[in-house]
Amino acid sequence: MSEDKFVFTPALKKKLLIIKLVGLVLAVIGVVIIAFGGHGHEEAADAGNHFHWLHRVWVNLWINNIYVLGIALTGVLFLAIQYASQAGWSAYIKRIPEAFGEWLIVAFGLTLIIFGLANFAGPGHFHMFHWLDSSLYVEGGENFDPVIAGKKAYLNLPFYLIRMVVYFMLWYMMYRFIRNESIKEDIEGGYDHWRKMRVYSTIFIIIFAVTSSTAAWDWVLSIDTHWYSTMFGWYVFSSWFVAAIAAVTLLVIWLREQGYLPNLNSSHLHDLGKYMFAFSIFWAYIWFSQFLLIYYANIPEEAVYFVERLRSGQYAWVFYLNIILNFMFPFLVLMTRDSKRHTIFLKIVGWVVVIGHWFDFYLMITPGSLGENGGFGLLEIGLAVIFGVSFLYKVFMGLAKVPLVAHNHPMLEESYHHHI
Amino acid sequence: MATGTNYILGVYGDEEIVLKAIKRIRDAGIKIHEVFSPYPVHGMDDALGYKRSRLPRVAFIFGTLGFALALLMQYWMLGYDWQMIIGGKDFASLPPFIPVTFELTVLLSALGMVFTFFVVSDLKPYKRPVIFDRRITDDKHVIAIDIDENSIGKEEISGIVAETGAEEINEKIFE
Repeated sequence: MSEDKFVFTPALKKKLLIIKLVGLVLAVIGVVIIAFGGHGHEEAADAGNHFHWLHRVWVNLWINNIYVLGIALTGVLFLAIQYASQAGWSAYIKRIPEAFGEWLIVAFGLTLIIFGLANFAGPGHFHMFHWLDSSLYVEGGENFDPVIAGKKAYLNLPFYLIRMVVYFMLWYMMYRFIRNESIKEDIEGGYDHWRKMRVYSTIFIIIFAVTSSTAAWDWVLSIDTHWYSTMFGWYVFSSWFVAAIAAVTLLVIWLREQGYLPNLNSSHLHDLGKYMFAFSIFWAYIWFSQFLLIYYANIPEEAVYFVERLRSGQYAWVFYLNIILNFMFPFLVLMTRDSKRHTIFLKIVGWVVVIGHWFDFYLMITPGSLGENGGFGLLEIGLAVIFGVSFLYKVFMGLAKVPLVAHNHPMLEESYHHHI
Repeated sequence: MATGTNYILGVYGDEEIVLKAIKRIRDAGIKIHEVFSPYPVHGMDDALGYKRSRLPRVAFIFGTLGFALALLMQYWMLGYDWQMIIGGKDFASLPPFIPVTFELTVLLSALGMVFTFFVVSDLKPYKRPVIFDRRITDDKHVIAIDIDENSIGKEEISGIVAETGAEEINEKIFE
């Protein structure tokens, strides 16, 4: 490859757009099926709260947006960890997670728009976030909810929007600092840029440690407004992170198959595989820690979260699928050394993990927002495809902007000789 | 001639020279009994042509055993032998068993690995250590070649070892 630069060819662009179009067609067919397939549960709802197919579109947009945004964000986290820990092995592939951050600015716009659509566009009085219903706060009113009213100091629209803007500003600012130093390093060389990136990475990790938790409460946990879990921030983080690592792995393998990254060896893959293996277990650990305590204590206001998911035909299968795809499968397949060093196993597990954690977010968001009107069909698949391809498109654009290998990274030589 | 195992020992001061020496000695068709180093040398396993350790398989087998035993124990105890209502749950309910199962899986796989390693490496109490050269715990690398394992004569082996840059060549006989 000349100059080691990734070329985002028109053919590839066309291919991505075609896949996106297929996703769109699937989504439209899905919508038609829902809209004309009979609603089923209308009689239970009062006149103002009719289920409309658009509600399901809004909720799905939110699921995909949160999931893809998390992959982009934790991609940057992965990069920051490499700098903070002074890791040498990853210097050769660091441009791939670095390109993930390019999505953050898109995600900012999407999050604001979809938040608006899902809560204020209706039809009817639909709020994806139940706490946005203003009648809940009217004392003495028939809808008055003392529990939600008690959370008003944190869960109110102005503060919520301020937080949203602050998260994205902090994340994107830190990402830009790291990215700019990385680009300057390519031109100027020297150790100064590496040192600065290390400082920025450390600051990013500290910011991320706080904001990832609060963002998870804001964007996912508060859908089930009554429910609470102290594990939730960690839970969302681990789900994002393992999906991001799987995405990095898949992209690295794909790039090598396209003839890029000629010096990538099986030890790099082994380390990525170990990351994926370890964080799948970490996710399962967090998942189980959350589940066991709630199951054992059996306090109704906590247990209702799992009752909603396990005692309904709509979500019970997702509940079990979630554990199989995200824990059992990666755990058993990636256990041996050989499977972590061969691309075929990594590719299969990578895809399973990426799809599996989509289901994880589906299970976190849908039951609380759509309840019995939720479902899984072509609409869900189509929108996920659209979001995935859009993300890839942006990542490829980011990759094509700069050389694929950071030539002046002080640890690049170490990365070439990575051997475990 | 004394009876017992007769070794030729090449003593080296530098790990790079040892790695090259191992390659040349093996290329000459001589079988190396063992190499002793004061610290782990990167690439030594490859140079000696060792196959990968099978210890991970042992870990998996013992881990599976621990997993099965833990579940069997708990189901038998709480589900059959001494039924107790705890927190209003079924007698035999899986989720509370998972932490114990996890711990026993880890415990058995770790202990199983350690003891297997002891057995395979012939480490046991009151074992008389065979010390080829005291300096292998300090600053020297030693390549030990068992003369009886090789078809080539003693002089010829010594000659090849000398060519590879050994600082000393000693001979040692163990009863």
